[in-house]
Amino acid sequence: MTLAVRPPRDADPRARSRGDQNGGPADPADPSDPSGPTDAARPTFERRPPSPQRRRRRRRDALLFGALIAPNLIAIIVFSYYPAIYNIGLSFMEWDFVAPSPEFVGLENYTDLFTDPNFGQVMMNTLIFTGVSVVGSIIGGLLLGSLLATKVPLTGFAQTMAFAPHMLPGAAVGILWLFMFDPNYGLSRWAFSLVGADSPDWTTTSDWSLWAITIAYTWQRLGFVTVICYTAILDLPKDLYEAAALDGAHGWKLFRNLTLPLLSPITFFLSITGIISAAQAFDIISIMTSGGPGVSSSTLSWMVYEEAFQKFDIGSASAAATVLLAILLVITYLQVRVGEKKVNYSS
Amino acid sequence: MSALTLENQKLSGAAGSSGSADAAGGGPRANRGRRRGPRRPLWLRVLLILAVLGTIAMFLVPLYWLFSSSLKPHGEIYSWPLQWIPTSLTLENFTDAWNSAPFDRFFVNSIITTGVGTFLELSLAILCAYAFVFVDFRFKKIAFALIIASMMLPGHVTLIVNYITVANLGWLNSYAGIILPGIASAFAMFLLYQFMRTIDKDILQAAEIDGAGHLRRMVLIVVPLSSPMILTATLIVMVGKWNEYVWPLIVTSTADMRTLPIGLLFLRSQEGYSNWGVIMAGAVFVSLPMLILFFLAQKRIIGGLAAGALK
Repeated sequence: MTLAVRPPRDADPRARSRGDQNGGPADPADPSDPSGPTDAARPTFERRPPSPQRRRRRRRDALLFGALIAPNLIAIIVFSYYPAIYNIGLSFMEWDFVAPSPEFVGLENYTDLFTDPNFGQVMMNTLIFTGVSVVGSIIGGLLLGSLLATKVPLTGFAQTMAFAPHMLPGAAVGILWLFMFDPNYGLSRWAFSLVGADSPDWTTTSDWSLWAITIAYTWQRLGFVTVICYTAILDLPKDLYEAAALDGAHGWKLFRNLTLPLLSPITFFLSITGIISAAQAFDIISIMTSGGPGVSSSTLSWMVYEEAFQKFDIGSASAAATVLLAILLVITYLQVRVGEKKVNYSS
Repeated sequence: MSALTLENQKLSGAAGSSGSADAAGGGPRANRGRRRGPRRPLWLRVLLILAVLGTIAMFLVPLYWLFSSSLKPHGEIYSWPLQWIPTSLTLENFTDAWNSAPFDRFFVNSIITTGVGTFLELSLAILCAYAFVFVDFRFKKIAFALIIASMMLPGHVTLIVNYITVANLGWLNSYAGIILPGIASAFAMFLLYQFMRTIDKDILQAAEIDGAGHLRRMVLIVVPLSSPMILTATLIVMVGKWNEYVWPLIVTSTADMRTLPIGLLFLRSQEGYSNWGVIMAGAVFVSLPMLILFFLAQKRIIGGLAAGALK
């Protein structure tokens, strides 16, 4: 082994000096490569610095690569990474967009935030909104996805209708639900009248406002989750089902013991992406309740907007955004860790 | 266990046609008839169809409500019991909405920001995906991770600083300010990257031997071959940009620079609860283009989103 390594080391300077003697391009050194000292040493010749031609080519490729990804990479750095980092810096400052420069206040924004009872309410709202919409859309999506996979008549049309809301602007979905939740002339009055009750004032009372935005958001998201589950169910290995059918498993038992475990990577993925997008839900909240009444339907993402662009308290807004970032980073980290395990498990 | 697998093999051997069709199809959608195996009893079939009808109603009724209300005269909206089927149709709500807010400007702004933004994002995505698939570079993986990881950065965290950046550049209330912060591409780039990896490298090698440089290979070979996925990515990106809400809301403050979704907020604050017909007409303005697009290309859009999620 040591023998095999040594000769090229000795040979290397020799080859280089030969190139120097020639003065010209070192190309002539190339043909000498195959006739190296020993056969065993040949593979290690690969480690020699590449010929100038190859090096030039490699440099040209690197330049080209840089040029091709530069526009995208620069845009991502300028509009994603830099703001995320600078935002953390701003969370230690006091600023109102108007003063010539931010003023350093240390952890004051955070202590203000965590001692503010409203912030506790906002965090609770975020948790409920995210939790209910994610769990609801996944349970609903699994059920509807399995239903669509039965391929009874009209499933194609049902899939189209379920997915359509996902295409609509959140602003339009929000305003549609605002109308449906109208206690006097909306569908809500009709639905409640069926059971002989009056419709609650969904968006104007603090008991109901959070549920109003949660329902509207879940309705919009459900179709997307359904279609992903449906596609994943169709991709499941067919032979396992044949074997299970021979074992006499079907219906709920089959779903519980075979489909669900096989789909677990997908449901896991959907819950992570669901959390990330629910934590950023904004348009529906803005149109339907503007976080109100009071802070009853205010989530972290609404609060960031309100503090920054309605109250012009940049420090507080940045601190809230940093909390949001920290939570989502932890969740993403969990996804990567658990996701790796899942892959190993299934393979 | 062994008996079972034997049985299974025999079965799939006997089934033959479906199994081999599956293998030949190869694609993920090839196993279409899996659940058809056992004939379902009639009651179950009826139950399933009822469930499907219920699903359709859950999504169709609100959408029907949106469109029918926009066409109802004022009196039929404000009536109880509810008027499910309008007795007369009117376009009055649409003309009222059009006149009470500068919807012509909103349309122009939405079309320009969506069109230009989509074109720029797709261009960046194509260049970037090409580089990752076909150009050698030692630190490729790091660059790739950097771009993909940006998908995990929530937009709300970058909002404040991006606003400051755009304000410093003097881009508030301008198309540049609305469009440029959104052109960075991770999802579309990822979709294209996945697709370009399946392109046969021999074709490109042949082109290289013929003396075609990277630029020509990209424009004349890779882009045409990737056109199905480019179209899918274009549609997905387009829908996202058309529906974009929070960024245009922040970065514009004058009515003549607002986009359609923001126009809806404007309309709502103007009409309040007293004129649902007009507000629904506004919602139809915003939604209809996306719904038409979806009904025309739903396979592509759903397929693209599913591919992004499942791979």
